[in-house]
Amino acid sequence: MISLDAILFYLFGAVTVASSLAVVTQRNPMHSVLFLIGSFLALAGLYINLDSPFTAVTQIIVYAGAIMVLFLFVVMLLNAPREDVASPYGPAYVTLTTGPRRAFALLSVVLVAELVLAMRQFVSASQPSGPDAAAHVSSVRQIGIAIFTDYSLAFEATSVLILVAMVGAVVLAKKRL
Amino acid sequence: MEPTLTHYLALSAVLFSIGTAGVFLRRNLITVLLSIEIMLNAVNLTFVAAGRHFGTVDGQVIVFFVMTVAAAEAAVGLALIIALFRHKESLSPDVFTSLKW
Amino acid sequence: MGVSVQPLIDFVTSPITIAYVVLIFIVFFSLQISAAVLVLAERKVAAFAQQRLGPYRVGWWGVLQPLADILKLLFKEELRPKAADFWLFYLAPVISATTAFAAFVVIPFGPPTDLFGLLPEPINLQGMDVNVAVLIVFAITSMGVYGIVLAGWASNSKYSLLGGLRSSAQMLSYELSYGLALASAIVLGNSLSLREIVDGQSATMLGGLIPSGWFLWPSFFGFVIYMIAGVAETNRAPFDFPEAEQELVAGYHTEYSSMSFALFFLAEYINMVTVSALATNLFLGGWHWPFPLAWGWPFGVVNWLLKVAFLLFFYIWMRWTLPRYRYDQLMSFGWKWLLPAAVVNVILVAAGVVYFS
Repeated sequence: MISLDAILFYLFGAVTVASSLAVVTQRNPMHSVLFLIGSFLALAGLYINLDSPFTAVTQIIVYAGAIMVLFLFVVMLLNAPREDVASPYGPAYVTLTTGPRRAFALLSVVLVAELVLAMRQFVSASQPSGPDAAAHVSSVRQIGIAIFTDYSLAFEATSVLILVAMVGAVVLAKKRL
Repeated sequence: MEPTLTHYLALSAVLFSIGTAGVFLRRNLITVLLSIEIMLNAVNLTFVAAGRHFGTVDGQVIVFFVMTVAAAEAAVGLALIIALFRHKESLSPDVFTSLKW
Repeated sequence: MGVSVQPLIDFVTSPITIAYVVLIFIVFFSLQISAAVLVLAERKVAAFAQQRLGPYRVGWWGVLQPLADILKLLFKEELRPKAADFWLFYLAPVISATTAFAAFVVIPFGPPTDLFGLLPEPINLQGMDVNVAVLIVFAITSMGVYGIVLAGWASNSKYSLLGGLRSSAQMLSYELSYGLALASAIVLGNSLSLREIVDGQSATMLGGLIPSGWFLWPSFFGFVIYMIAGVAETNRAPFDFPEAEQELVAGYHTEYSSMSFALFFLAEYINMVTVSALATNLFLGGWHWPFPLAWGWPFGVVNWLLKVAFLLFFYIWMRWTLPRYRYDQLMSFGWKWLLPAAVVNVILVAAGVVYFS
């Protein structure tokens, strides 16, 4: 019998990959954003499968609930047109004939080779993750303690970063300073 | 088959490649930003999976920070796109070539 | 693989599982009934506030009016503007209604009970007891923004687009204060699980007469901020500019009719119920007062329902009493007044918790 963990992994994994492929291949940016939201929801399911409910919920609140709404606003504000099929660079998006595409083809071969090598090396050294190792890890209390003690500098720096980003976004998008 | 760490890493690698493909192949600035978000999420998945594998909470903490940074970057990136659109009325990266050699 | 399927069958047919499934159905249907009751209650309260009688023809005291409304909505013609994006147009009300119902899965409405001995062990009167329950409700309500954004965009009409954009911008702005007000209750309850937060409010004084354990007392401004932000989140009462009839026809649901409109309507009322239910659980002690739990678990449920009903009455009362905020006044209030107030409230409550323990 196949375990619930495996069923959920393959199900959510398939949805994530399919949605991400749809993001990259859809012509209407509005549909791309919606597929990305679907991908994020499936990723949240994967996080729950990995005993990380806090990360899953934060993913939905921050990514799917806020960042993607920002994307939607910009798409609606700019009335982002469907990508022109008759662009000067050829009929479809996957012609490997010009500069960026050649670079992509080469880099993708290198990336895949690297990933395969890295995973082969890791497979020999890995052990299956024990359920008891993750039993007391996932509590929000532990995460809170870690953020505010070990990672407090990163926390403060991130808050300054957000402030700077807010001010920067407002300034950049203003019509007249 | 139990999904071990390797399964999650493979899934994350696939997502990262899809994101990279999007950045290179799409001719629309917003879709390029969306593909960058896919890449960031693939990295998040790696962190959480590895954190659980090693029994530590650091994976989730780092993901927390990555999400915050991604939010900041998306905000500034979109503001830049709005400013660029106001200038040239187009969202294709091929149009903004004034700094090209 | 010689794994027998008997344990699975035992799990599926065990009385606990059946009880939970029945419970989920009961919650689902109660939500729909509560939406219907709210339709009538709103019209009646509005009528009494305006010194008239409200619906009284359909059934005694207008009780069958919601049924009449539902039949009317079902039999209307389903229209779709030709230029509307087909998938998005029909996806938007589905998203609104689904997130509205889904938020209720982790909200408890009574003490753990074994149903007068029918069950071998007590079950929680809650769909699912998770230890990040508050965050889950917050996450699901923040997904509800999409219903409105997509409705505004997909209708392809200027009233809808403006209404949708303004409404979603308003919801996002007030979500910050909403989350911070939730945070003050979380700090007091020392947990993210709704059941534990409610159980932390069970202290009473004077032999059960005064509910001294409520988080309302230490965090009174937290409650006020929560209710204001909740009202703004659900696009109601003084914050309903984006869907006001005099300003924007009907905002984001202008182009919808029949069942799609019914879904938006339903979603709005159920969001109201969710905000009120969460407020009772977080600030008003849930199921702990006035009737003592020693009298039995149904009294706990009655306690909870009384408090939620009071908050819903307050919602409806506010709508027909207060004038509407203009959109820029609304946004300025949310960012410049409510958010700093919520931050200060969280800091003070956290300082109080550290100081007094």
